[in-house]
Amino acid sequence: MSSAIQSNVVHSGRVARVVIHVVLLIAALFYLLPLFVMLINSVKPLSQILDGNMMSLPHVWTLKPWSEAWSTAQIGVEPTGLRPYFLNSIEMVVPAVAISTMMGALNGYVLTKWRFRGDTFLFGMMLFSCFIPFQIVLIPMARVLGILGIAGTVPGLILVHTVYGLGFTTLYFRNYYAAFPTELVRAAQIDGAGFFRIFWRILLPLSGPIIVVAVIWQFTNIWNDFLFGSSFAGQGSQPMTVALNNLVQSSTGSKPYNIHFAGAIIAALPTLIVYIVSGRYFVRGLMAGSVKG
Amino acid sequence: MRGLIGRSLTAAAALAMSTAFAHAAPNVEVLHWWTSGSEAAALNVLKQDLQKEGIGWKDMPIAGGGGGNAMTVLRARVTSGNPPTAAQMLGYDILDWAKLGVLGNLNNVAEAGNWDKVVPKAIQKFSKYDGHWIAVPVDVHSTNWVWGNKHLLDSLGIAQPKTWDEFIAAMAKVKASGKIALAMGGQPWQEATAFDGVVLSVGGPDFYKKAFYDLDQATLSGPQMVEAFKRLEQLRGFVDPNFSGRDWNLATAMVINGKAAFQMMGDWAKGEFLHADKKPMVDFECFRTPGSQGVVTFNSDQFVMFKVGKDKQASQDAMAKAVMSKSFQVAFNTVKGSVPARTDVADTQFDACGKMAMAQLKSADEHGTLLGSMAQGHAAPAAVKNAEYDVVSAAFNGQYTPEQAAKELAKAIKLAQQS
Amino acid sequence: MARPNATDLRTRLQEWIPKLVLAPSIASMLFFVYGFILFTVYLSFTDSKILPTYGWVGWRNYSNLFQLPMWSVALENLAIFASLYIMICIAIGLGLAILLDQKIRSEGVLRPIYLYPMALSFIVTGTAWKWLLDPGLGIEHTMHLWGWTSFHFNWIKSSDYAIYCVVLAAVWQTSGFVMAMFLAGLRGIDNEILKAAQMDGASNWSLYRRIVIPQLRPAFLSAIVILGFLAIKSYDLIVALTGGGPGWATQLPSTFMYSYTFTRNEMGVGAASAVIMLMMTAAILVPYLYSELKEPK
Repeated sequence: MSSAIQSNVVHSGRVARVVIHVVLLIAALFYLLPLFVMLINSVKPLSQILDGNMMSLPHVWTLKPWSEAWSTAQIGVEPTGLRPYFLNSIEMVVPAVAISTMMGALNGYVLTKWRFRGDTFLFGMMLFSCFIPFQIVLIPMARVLGILGIAGTVPGLILVHTVYGLGFTTLYFRNYYAAFPTELVRAAQIDGAGFFRIFWRILLPLSGPIIVVAVIWQFTNIWNDFLFGSSFAGQGSQPMTVALNNLVQSSTGSKPYNIHFAGAIIAALPTLIVYIVSGRYFVRGLMAGSVKG
Repeated sequence: MRGLIGRSLTAAAALAMSTAFAHAAPNVEVLHWWTSGSEAAALNVLKQDLQKEGIGWKDMPIAGGGGGNAMTVLRARVTSGNPPTAAQMLGYDILDWAKLGVLGNLNNVAEAGNWDKVVPKAIQKFSKYDGHWIAVPVDVHSTNWVWGNKHLLDSLGIAQPKTWDEFIAAMAKVKASGKIALAMGGQPWQEATAFDGVVLSVGGPDFYKKAFYDLDQATLSGPQMVEAFKRLEQLRGFVDPNFSGRDWNLATAMVINGKAAFQMMGDWAKGEFLHADKKPMVDFECFRTPGSQGVVTFNSDQFVMFKVGKDKQASQDAMAKAVMSKSFQVAFNTVKGSVPARTDVADTQFDACGKMAMAQLKSADEHGTLLGSMAQGHAAPAAVKNAEYDVVSAAFNGQYTPEQAAKELAKAIKLAQQS
Repeated sequence: MARPNATDLRTRLQEWIPKLVLAPSIASMLFFVYGFILFTVYLSFTDSKILPTYGWVGWRNYSNLFQLPMWSVALENLAIFASLYIMICIAIGLGLAILLDQKIRSEGVLRPIYLYPMALSFIVTGTAWKWLLDPGLGIEHTMHLWGWTSFHFNWIKSSDYAIYCVVLAAVWQTSGFVMAMFLAGLRGIDNEILKAAQMDGASNWSLYRRIVIPQLRPAFLSAIVILGFLAIKSYDLIVALTGGGPGWATQLPSTFMYSYTFTRNEMGVGAASAVIMLMMTAAILVPYLYSELKEPK
């Protein structure tokens, strides 16, 4: 535990501590159960699964489903596996996350440090915009992308994900910067620093934790998005989720569940790694970001 | 934002350049949901056929929801002014799209290939609009099939049932033996698929047409429909308690493993048996839903051709021609478990069930008993089909009595027609 | 009138820069969100089927919508689902956060375990859950194998209880995330206040109830906003877990809207359902946002 994050000062007795540990452990088992099902089924032969033994350990351990899901499973007419789609997702996710986070940071900065009449109202509107059902934007968005000439391209997807991610990134940064001493900004202003200079030199260097939160949130949402990815991607820019969906969904064909589960875990690896690696910063970022409503 | 627009413009320019290059080599872009192993492999045959003619294949696979996801994507593509060359589609969806005036015209290829003669009339209904060929049928599936585990049935001394009552008696016998009589996947489309055969068993093709083609209110709520729902209720008595939500292929696996005796499912189920190294008529039986013999309730996957620029017309025509070729129809359908969409193909490469299905398709076509499957959107438009799903599924799950169900069916279909 | 000198111009510019920076976001929000909402409202009065068409039909889509039994089931389910989901997530999240905040040495291991479900898409965890909940394959089956034959857990197969299974899987996915938000809130509380209260002899329980939890108000706001967002958008979950069944016992407005707009080719009715859903969201959210946002000046 780093010193920045302090556990509370409330003390509990020894019995209580045992109880706490047991409860936490049971909770952990609950969270791990589906992952367990996915993992064991991804390393057993299909015949054992179809015999109805979904929950039992494999009789024969095999890694073949993993290699098939990655490189030879049928996604479209070509047996390419998930491999080529990985890069497509990265090409889309990285810029979309970067742009929406950057814009969210600037928005949060303006909404807290350069307030003007009606800013809260605008922020409320942005927040409400998080709640629109994405299904309704599909058709008009397609038209707009068509007019802009970026339908079926990666820039089109980046635009869509940026637009609909702004509400949340703005929320995170606004809450974070609200707690940031405004006096510092004013002092810098008196020293003659301009808008961008203050942002770059004073706020941004201290924004690490909340950037982590915004990036994790955006990364997870965009990486896992299927609706936009399938509707607005063209041939050659289809993201991972679309490929995974093609792998696991089939109306009238056979279903190799072991390959499905292996593929699902592979597709989730980047987000899993992001969560595990940045978990500690994540809580710290949330901590800083939720100080003020 | 400025940066983004800048990026977009560069990308748009790059895209324009890449399409300019693409024009040099003709290609077709195909939206489909055949992504599972064998289906995709079967489609690869088409890709290779086209490549031999120097036509590239741009693959746009979108699986899920029985083509539902693909249809959503298709809307986005057409709205953005960038439709694919061809899209996989089923039944009334094709005609609904045709009404929007976005589809192409294949008459030249069709006349040259004599399609009017070789494709069954009932299927042409969905391949033509306003007298023009707009789509190419790839396969013909049918839904009024029952699949049985032969070893299990033999050991219980059950002969293939020919009538509904025999079917019920057979299932009662299985149930008494402690096995599951009917393997069922409780998803609306599966329940509706079984219901196709049930309706036929009650009133034959005339009743079926009156109810599902004409959507006649009196027939839909009438005594024969009540009887059909009663039979559905009977079936419910033979499924295991865990049927709801089960995938169809897990239900098929139950028949393959001998846990269950029968499954009522379209002929794509055959692929599962073959995949598990089971032989038709040796390990498993295929027969028409008892009481529906002589009728075939079909559904046919088609490649719908969209309006394309002159530069792409040649490759679109070539694709249409390749899909209809005998060699591709055989290659594809032997893998898919379906039968060719043309009746002048030799059946030598098909298995026993396939040969039977081909003969039945031909005779049903001649006798006017080749009917569109309600469950698969070939009897009525999507809105009506889904209204039927709602009621059939609710009835099968015990929410309605047969009398109520018939009344609700009429009401739901009326409502769906209005909107 | 004096001509503005150079410094004046600069300050003036400085005043405008913040608004210029905000402008693209506001413009894209107005267009891509509120513009599209207006478009949807318009569509809901038209005879649109596969694609938007512009024949005016008045209120017909709305009157049809409210005659559909499935729509009322969907609304009812959303009420059950959203309220249970939000409450349970907050209860579990807060509980785990408080427990994890007791100087637990294994926190570094446990935290990612609680968090990871948020990283997975339901396209496939749905299948894992479907199997777990299936009495013939999953938990019930396993308990029977272990000898506990009287164990029954078949909610997913029941029209009355299946929605609770959906809640269960949804809680699994996000409660860890909520835990992280509360944990952050707890860590942000000034320990001096707690120490002072402890001196006064407050018990642990009253310490939490009277001092800690009220201080978590911002975390509650974020949690409710995020959970509300996820509840209304729950779509993958339903499709993967129950497909809306048994029958249509677990349809939600989101699945209803998608199926009417895109698979049933009744875009007009789908748009009408979207409008109703937006109005409901607004009715709940706007007063809440208003009360939360107006105070801090």
